[in-house]
Amino acid sequence: MSTAPPDGAAATPRVRANPWRRLVRAARPRATRAQVLAGLLCAALGFGVVVQVRQTDTAGLEDLRENELVRILDDTTERSDRLGEEVRQLQAARDELTAGSDSAEAAARAARSRADSYGLLAGTLPARGPGITATVTDPAGAVSAAQLLQTVQELRDAGAEALQIGATRVVASTAFLDAAAAADGGVVVDGRLEQPPYVVRAVGDPPTMATALDIPGGVRETLRQLGAQLAVTTSQDVAITALHAVSAPQYARPASPAPEQAPPQ
Amino acid sequence: MIAAVGLVLGIVAGVLLHPEVPLFLQPYLPIAVVAALDTVFGGLRAVLDGIFDDRVFVVSFLSNAVVAALIVFLGDQLGVGSQLSTGVVVVLGVRIFSNAAAIRRHLLSA
Repeated sequence: MSTAPPDGAAATPRVRANPWRRLVRAARPRATRAQVLAGLLCAALGFGVVVQVRQTDTAGLEDLRENELVRILDDTTERSDRLGEEVRQLQAARDELTAGSDSAEAAARAARSRADSYGLLAGTLPARGPGITATVTDPAGAVSAAQLLQTVQELRDAGAEALQIGATRVVASTAFLDAAAAADGGVVVDGRLEQPPYVVRAVGDPPTMATALDIPGGVRETLRQLGAQLAVTTSQDVAITALHAVSAPQYARPASPAPEQAPPQ
Repeated sequence: MIAAVGLVLGIVAGVLLHPEVPLFLQPYLPIAVVAALDTVFGGLRAVLDGIFDDRVFVVSFLSNAVVAALIVFLGDQLGVGSQLSTGVVVVLGVRIFSNAAAIRRHLLSA
Protein backbone atom coordinates (compact mmCIF):
# COMPACT_ATOMS: atom_id res chain seq x y z
CA MET A 1 0.00 0.00 0.00
CA SER A 2 1.62 3.20 -1.17
CA THR A 3 -0.56 5.65 0.71
CA ALA A 4 1.10 5.34 4.05
CA PRO A 5 -0.65 7.67 6.44
CA PRO A 6 1.41 10.63 7.56
CA ASP A 7 1.99 11.39 11.17
CA GLY A 8 -1.10 12.59 12.91
CA ALA A 9 -3.31 10.79 10.47
CA ALA A 10 -4.99 9.05 13.39
CA ALA A 11 -7.25 12.05 13.71
CA THR A 12 -8.43 11.64 10.15
CA PRO A 13 -10.11 8.25 10.05
CA ARG A 14 -11.56 8.89 6.58
CA VAL A 15 -8.22 8.10 4.98
CA ARG A 16 -8.67 5.09 2.76
CA ALA A 17 -6.03 2.78 4.18
CA ASN A 18 -5.30 -0.85 4.55
CA PRO A 19 -8.01 -2.14 6.91
CA TRP A 20 -5.46 -3.95 9.02
CA ARG A 21 -3.54 -0.74 9.43
CA ARG A 22 -6.77 1.02 10.24
CA LEU A 23 -7.49 -1.59 12.86
CA VAL A 24 -4.02 -1.24 14.32
CA ARG A 25 -4.38 2.51 14.39
CA ALA A 26 -7.74 2.27 16.10
CA ALA A 27 -6.30 -0.17 18.59
CA ARG A 28 -3.36 2.07 19.43
CA PRO A 29 -3.94 3.16 23.02
CA ARG A 30 -4.96 6.77 23.20
CA ALA A 31 -6.67 8.50 26.05
CA THR A 32 -9.52 9.67 23.91
CA ARG A 33 -13.06 9.62 25.14
CA ALA A 34 -13.98 7.05 22.52
CA GLN A 35 -11.31 4.63 23.65
CA VAL A 36 -12.12 5.00 27.31
CA LEU A 37 -15.83 4.58 26.76
CA ALA A 38 -15.33 1.61 24.48
CA GLY A 39 -13.03 0.09 27.09
CA LEU A 40 -15.58 0.62 29.83
CA LEU A 41 -18.40 -0.87 27.80
CA CYS A 42 -16.28 -3.81 26.74
CA ALA A 43 -15.41 -4.37 30.40
CA ALA A 44 -19.12 -4.36 31.17
CA LEU A 45 -19.67 -6.85 28.35
CA GLY A 46 -16.94 -9.20 29.54
CA PHE A 47 -18.24 -8.98 33.06
CA GLY A 48 -21.76 -9.69 31.89
CA VAL A 49 -20.67 -12.65 29.78
CA VAL A 50 -18.74 -14.26 32.61
CA VAL A 51 -21.51 -13.67 35.10
CA GLN A 52 -24.07 -15.10 32.74
CA VAL A 53 -21.93 -18.13 31.96
CA ARG A 54 -21.53 -18.83 35.64
CA GLN A 55 -25.21 -18.27 36.17
CA THR A 56 -25.99 -20.77 33.42
CA ASP A 57 -23.60 -23.27 34.95
CA THR A 58 -25.42 -23.10 38.25
CA ALA A 59 -28.85 -22.56 36.76
CA GLY A 60 -31.66 -24.34 38.48
CA LEU A 61 -34.55 -26.09 36.84
CA GLU A 62 -36.77 -23.08 36.30
CA ASP A 63 -35.53 -22.49 32.76
CA LEU A 64 -36.32 -25.99 31.57
CA ARG A 65 -39.34 -27.09 29.59
CA GLU A 66 -41.90 -29.57 30.79
CA ASN A 67 -40.68 -32.63 28.91
CA GLU A 68 -37.12 -31.99 30.03
CA LEU A 69 -38.31 -31.74 33.60
CA VAL A 70 -40.18 -35.02 33.24
CA ARG A 71 -37.09 -36.69 31.84
CA ILE A 72 -34.94 -35.33 34.65
CA LEU A 73 -37.48 -36.49 37.18
CA ASP A 74 -37.47 -39.98 35.66
CA ASP A 75 -33.69 -40.07 35.70
CA THR A 76 -33.59 -38.92 39.27
CA THR A 77 -36.18 -41.45 40.38
CA GLU A 78 -34.35 -44.27 38.66
CA ARG A 79 -31.06 -43.19 40.16
CA SER A 80 -32.62 -42.91 43.58
CA ASP A 81 -33.99 -46.44 43.23
CA ARG A 82 -30.57 -47.70 42.24
CA LEU A 83 -28.92 -45.93 45.15
CA GLY A 84 -31.57 -47.23 47.54
CA GLU A 85 -30.85 -50.76 46.38
CA GLU A 86 -27.15 -50.11 46.92
CA VAL A 87 -27.86 -48.79 50.40
CA ARG A 88 -29.78 -51.95 51.25
CA GLN A 89 -26.96 -54.16 50.02
CA LEU A 90 -24.36 -52.20 51.93
CA GLN A 91 -26.44 -52.26 55.08
CA ALA A 92 -26.81 -56.02 54.81
CA ALA A 93 -23.07 -56.37 54.35
CA ARG A 94 -22.43 -54.10 57.30
CA ASP A 95 -24.81 -56.07 59.52
CA GLU A 96 -23.11 -59.27 58.49
CA LEU A 97 -19.69 -57.86 59.29
CA THR A 98 -20.84 -56.44 62.61
CA ALA A 99 -22.34 -59.77 63.67
CA GLY A 100 -19.18 -61.55 62.51
CA SER A 101 -16.91 -59.27 64.46
CA ASP A 102 -19.15 -59.65 67.53
CA SER A 103 -18.90 -63.42 67.52
CA ALA A 104 -15.18 -63.20 66.74
CA GLU A 105 -14.74 -60.86 69.70
CA ALA A 106 -16.68 -63.19 71.98
CA ALA A 107 -14.51 -66.06 70.82
CA ALA A 108 -11.40 -64.00 71.46
CA ARG A 109 -12.67 -63.10 74.95
CA ALA A 110 -13.34 -66.75 75.75
CA ALA A 111 -9.94 -67.73 74.40
CA ARG A 112 -8.28 -65.04 76.52
CA SER A 113 -9.97 -66.16 79.71
CA ARG A 114 -9.15 -69.78 78.92
CA ALA A 115 -5.53 -68.80 78.32
CA ASP A 116 -5.54 -67.02 81.67
CA SER A 117 -6.78 -70.02 83.60
CA TYR A 118 -4.38 -72.31 81.74
CA GLY A 119 -1.59 -69.90 82.51
CA LEU A 120 -2.42 -70.09 86.21
CA LEU A 121 -2.59 -73.86 86.07
CA ALA A 122 0.69 -74.17 84.20
CA GLY A 123 2.33 -71.60 86.42
CA THR A 124 3.27 -69.28 83.58
CA LEU A 125 1.24 -66.37 84.98
CA PRO A 126 1.74 -64.70 88.34
CA ALA A 127 -1.26 -65.00 90.64
CA ARG A 128 -2.57 -63.12 93.60
CA GLY A 129 -5.61 -63.45 95.79
CA PRO A 130 -6.76 -64.64 99.20
CA GLY A 131 -4.74 -67.46 100.62
CA ILE A 132 -2.28 -68.55 103.26
CA THR A 133 1.40 -68.39 103.92
CA ALA A 134 2.73 -71.46 105.72
CA THR A 135 6.21 -71.23 107.13
CA VAL A 136 7.99 -74.44 108.10
CA THR A 137 10.90 -73.89 110.41
CA ASP A 138 13.17 -76.91 110.58
CA PRO A 139 15.96 -76.40 113.12
CA ALA A 140 16.85 -80.11 113.10
CA GLY A 141 17.04 -80.43 109.33
CA ALA A 142 14.66 -83.35 109.50
CA VAL A 143 12.06 -82.21 107.02
CA SER A 144 12.38 -84.08 103.76
CA ALA A 145 10.78 -83.99 100.35
CA ALA A 146 8.03 -86.29 101.55
CA GLN A 147 6.76 -83.79 104.11
CA LEU A 148 6.82 -80.94 101.62
CA LEU A 149 5.01 -83.06 99.07
CA GLN A 150 2.45 -83.95 101.72
CA THR A 151 1.98 -80.30 102.50
CA VAL A 152 1.49 -79.44 98.86
CA GLN A 153 -0.97 -82.25 98.31
CA GLU A 154 -2.90 -81.29 101.41
CA LEU A 155 -3.15 -77.74 100.12
CA ARG A 156 -4.22 -78.95 96.69
CA ASP A 157 -6.91 -81.08 98.24
CA ALA A 158 -8.09 -78.00 100.07
CA GLY A 159 -8.51 -76.17 96.79
CA ALA A 160 -5.28 -74.27 96.38
CA GLU A 161 -5.23 -72.77 92.92
CA ALA A 162 -1.66 -71.51 92.84
CA LEU A 163 1.26 -72.65 94.93
CA GLN A 164 4.79 -71.50 95.52
CA ILE A 165 7.53 -72.93 97.70
CA GLY A 166 10.28 -70.49 98.39
CA ALA A 167 11.01 -69.07 94.97
CA THR A 168 9.68 -72.04 93.01
CA ARG A 169 6.25 -72.27 91.45
CA VAL A 170 4.57 -75.57 92.16
CA VAL A 171 2.80 -77.05 89.15
CA ALA A 172 1.59 -80.48 88.12
CA SER A 173 5.03 -81.63 87.05
CA THR A 174 6.92 -80.26 90.04
CA ALA A 175 9.27 -82.83 91.54
CA PHE A 176 10.49 -82.91 95.15
CA LEU A 177 13.86 -84.41 95.90
CA ASP A 178 15.88 -84.70 99.09
CA ALA A 179 19.05 -82.72 98.85
CA ALA A 180 21.73 -85.20 99.76
CA ALA A 181 24.69 -82.87 99.83
CA ALA A 182 23.16 -80.13 101.93
CA ALA A 183 24.36 -80.15 105.49
CA ASP A 184 21.45 -78.51 107.23
CA GLY A 185 18.71 -80.16 105.23
CA GLY A 186 17.02 -78.78 102.21
CA VAL A 187 14.82 -80.01 99.44
CA VAL A 188 15.35 -79.73 95.72
CA VAL A 189 12.12 -78.48 94.19
CA ASP A 190 12.11 -78.66 90.42
CA GLY A 191 15.87 -78.58 90.38
CA ARG A 192 16.17 -75.61 92.69
CA LEU A 193 17.48 -76.08 96.24
CA GLU A 194 15.10 -74.74 98.85
CA GLN A 195 16.36 -74.50 102.38
CA PRO A 196 14.52 -74.06 105.64
CA PRO A 197 12.58 -72.23 106.61
CA TYR A 198 10.32 -73.32 103.83
CA VAL A 199 7.77 -70.68 102.99
CA VAL A 200 4.75 -72.12 101.18
CA ARG A 201 2.35 -69.63 99.67
CA ALA A 202 -1.00 -70.79 98.41
CA VAL A 203 -3.89 -68.93 96.82
CA GLY A 204 -7.24 -70.44 97.61
CA ASP A 205 -9.87 -70.38 100.31
CA PRO A 206 -7.79 -69.41 103.42
CA PRO A 207 -9.86 -71.12 106.19
CA THR A 208 -10.19 -74.35 104.21
CA MET A 209 -6.48 -74.56 103.56
CA ALA A 210 -5.53 -73.58 107.12
CA THR A 211 -7.86 -76.25 108.45
CA ALA A 212 -6.51 -78.82 106.03
CA LEU A 213 -3.04 -78.43 107.49
CA ASP A 214 -4.38 -78.88 111.03
CA ILE A 215 -6.29 -82.14 110.66
CA PRO A 216 -5.27 -84.91 113.08
CA GLY A 217 -2.50 -87.02 111.66
CA GLY A 218 -1.94 -84.33 109.07
CA VAL A 219 0.89 -82.08 108.10
CA ARG A 220 1.20 -80.18 111.35
CA GLU A 221 1.41 -83.33 113.45
CA THR A 222 3.89 -84.98 111.13
CA LEU A 223 6.12 -81.93 111.23
CA ARG A 224 5.89 -81.65 114.97
CA GLN A 225 7.00 -85.25 115.33
CA LEU A 226 10.06 -84.35 113.27
CA GLY A 227 10.79 -81.39 115.50
CA ALA A 228 9.73 -78.81 112.93
CA GLN A 229 7.26 -75.98 113.40
CA LEU A 230 4.48 -74.91 111.10
CA ALA A 231 3.22 -71.33 111.26
CA VAL A 232 0.21 -70.45 109.11
CA THR A 233 -0.96 -66.93 108.42
CA THR A 234 -4.04 -66.24 106.36
CA SER A 235 -4.26 -63.17 104.16
CA GLN A 236 -6.63 -61.65 101.69
CA ASP A 237 -3.77 -60.83 99.37
CA VAL A 238 -1.18 -63.51 98.78
CA ALA A 239 1.05 -62.91 95.79
CA ILE A 240 2.43 -65.85 93.83
CA THR A 241 5.20 -64.29 91.81
CA ALA A 242 7.36 -67.26 90.88
CA LEU A 243 6.85 -68.52 87.36
CA HIS A 244 7.26 -71.96 85.89
CA ALA A 245 9.19 -72.13 82.66
CA VAL A 246 7.27 -74.31 80.29
CA SER A 247 9.33 -76.36 77.89
CA ALA A 248 7.79 -77.72 74.76
CA PRO A 249 6.89 -81.37 75.17
CA GLN A 250 9.32 -83.59 73.39
CA TYR A 251 7.21 -86.69 72.88
CA ALA A 252 3.63 -85.90 73.65
CA ARG A 253 1.48 -84.57 70.83
CA PRO A 254 -2.09 -83.42 71.15
CA ALA A 255 -4.39 -86.16 69.94
CA SER A 256 -7.55 -85.12 68.20
CA PRO A 257 -10.65 -86.40 69.98
CA ALA A 258 -11.76 -88.30 66.87
CA PRO A 259 -8.73 -89.92 65.23
CA GLU A 260 -8.93 -89.74 61.49
CA GLN A 261 -7.12 -92.97 60.87
CA ALA A 262 -7.24 -96.24 62.74
CA PRO A 263 -4.16 -97.05 64.79
CA PRO A 264 -1.90 -99.50 63.01
CA GLN A 265 -2.29 -103.11 64.05
CA MET B 1 -6.52 -1.75 22.54
CA ILE B 2 -8.14 -0.17 25.53
CA ALA B 3 -11.33 -1.97 24.52
CA ALA B 4 -9.54 -5.32 24.53
CA VAL B 5 -7.94 -4.51 27.87
CA GLY B 6 -11.36 -3.54 29.19
CA LEU B 7 -12.82 -6.82 27.95
CA VAL B 8 -10.11 -8.81 29.70
CA LEU B 9 -10.50 -6.73 32.85
CA GLY B 10 -14.23 -7.35 32.84
CA ILE B 11 -13.76 -11.09 32.42
CA VAL B 12 -11.18 -11.18 35.22
CA ALA B 13 -13.45 -9.16 37.49
CA GLY B 14 -16.33 -11.50 36.76
CA VAL B 15 -14.17 -14.55 37.45
CA LEU B 16 -12.76 -13.11 40.67
CA LEU B 17 -15.93 -11.61 42.08
CA HIS B 18 -18.39 -14.17 40.67
CA PRO B 19 -21.32 -12.09 41.80
CA GLU B 20 -24.80 -13.45 42.23
CA VAL B 21 -27.17 -12.22 39.55
CA PRO B 22 -30.19 -10.62 41.20
CA LEU B 23 -33.32 -12.63 40.65
CA PHE B 24 -35.18 -9.93 38.73
CA LEU B 25 -32.26 -9.60 36.30
CA GLN B 26 -31.82 -13.29 35.63
CA PRO B 27 -34.12 -13.59 32.60
CA TYR B 28 -32.79 -10.40 30.98
CA LEU B 29 -29.04 -10.59 31.45
CA PRO B 30 -28.41 -13.16 28.70
CA ILE B 31 -30.39 -11.15 26.16
CA ALA B 32 -28.66 -7.96 27.19
CA VAL B 33 -25.29 -9.65 26.83
CA VAL B 34 -26.14 -10.85 23.32
CA ALA B 35 -27.32 -7.35 22.39
CA ALA B 36 -24.08 -5.84 23.73
CA LEU B 37 -22.10 -8.40 21.78
CA ASP B 38 -23.95 -7.35 18.66
CA THR B 39 -23.12 -3.70 19.37
CA VAL B 40 -19.44 -4.49 19.83
CA PHE B 41 -19.32 -6.26 16.48
CA GLY B 42 -21.13 -3.31 14.94
CA GLY B 43 -18.57 -0.96 16.47
CA LEU B 44 -15.71 -3.02 15.11
CA ARG B 45 -17.27 -2.90 11.69
CA ALA B 46 -17.68 0.86 12.01
CA VAL B 47 -14.00 1.19 12.89
CA LEU B 48 -13.07 -0.65 9.72
CA ASP B 49 -15.55 1.40 7.72
CA GLY B 50 -13.95 4.50 9.15
CA ILE B 51 -17.25 5.75 10.48
CA PHE B 52 -16.79 4.85 14.13
CA ASP B 53 -18.33 7.38 16.44
CA ASP B 54 -17.93 6.97 20.16
CA ARG B 55 -21.22 8.66 20.95
CA VAL B 56 -23.12 6.40 18.64
CA PHE B 57 -21.29 3.41 20.02
CA VAL B 58 -22.09 4.22 23.63
CA VAL B 59 -25.69 5.07 22.98
CA SER B 60 -26.31 2.06 20.79
CA PHE B 61 -24.55 -0.24 23.25
CA LEU B 62 -26.71 0.85 26.14
CA SER B 63 -29.94 1.21 24.20
CA ASN B 64 -29.56 -2.16 22.48
CA ALA B 65 -29.04 -3.91 25.78
CA VAL B 66 -31.90 -2.10 27.43
CA VAL B 67 -34.29 -2.56 24.54
CA ALA B 68 -33.51 -6.24 24.24
CA ALA B 69 -34.11 -6.75 27.96
CA LEU B 70 -37.27 -4.64 27.70
CA ILE B 71 -38.65 -6.76 24.89
CA VAL B 72 -38.09 -9.92 26.90
CA PHE B 73 -39.65 -8.28 29.94
CA LEU B 74 -42.67 -7.32 27.88
CA GLY B 75 -42.89 -10.82 26.49
CA ASP B 76 -42.79 -12.22 30.02
CA GLN B 77 -45.66 -9.96 30.99
CA LEU B 78 -47.63 -11.05 27.93
CA GLY B 79 -46.90 -14.71 28.49
CA VAL B 80 -44.77 -15.10 25.38
CA GLY B 81 -41.45 -14.45 27.06
CA SER B 82 -39.62 -17.52 25.81
CA GLN B 83 -40.82 -17.09 22.22
CA LEU B 84 -39.99 -13.42 22.21
CA SER B 85 -36.55 -13.94 23.67
CA THR B 86 -35.94 -16.56 20.99
CA GLY B 87 -36.96 -14.00 18.38
CA VAL B 88 -34.67 -11.36 19.85
CA VAL B 89 -31.78 -13.77 19.93
CA VAL B 90 -32.42 -14.73 16.31
CA VAL B 91 -32.47 -11.09 15.20
CA LEU B 92 -29.32 -10.27 17.14
CA GLY B 93 -27.64 -13.38 15.85
CA VAL B 94 -28.40 -12.40 12.27
CA ARG B 95 -26.97 -8.94 12.91
CA ILE B 96 -23.86 -10.39 14.52
CA PHE B 97 -23.38 -12.63 11.50
CA SER B 98 -23.78 -9.77 9.01
CA ASN B 99 -21.40 -7.59 11.03
CA ALA B 100 -18.90 -10.40 11.22
CA ALA B 101 -19.22 -10.90 7.47
CA ALA B 102 -18.54 -7.20 6.84
CA ILE B 103 -15.51 -7.30 9.14
CA ARG B 104 -14.25 -10.38 7.35
CA ARG B 105 -14.63 -8.68 3.97
CA HIS B 106 -12.64 -5.76 5.25
CA LEU B 107 -9.85 -7.72 6.81
CA LEU B 108 -9.53 -10.65 4.46
CA SER B 109 -11.05 -9.15 1.31
CA ALA B 110 -13.11 -12.27 1.00
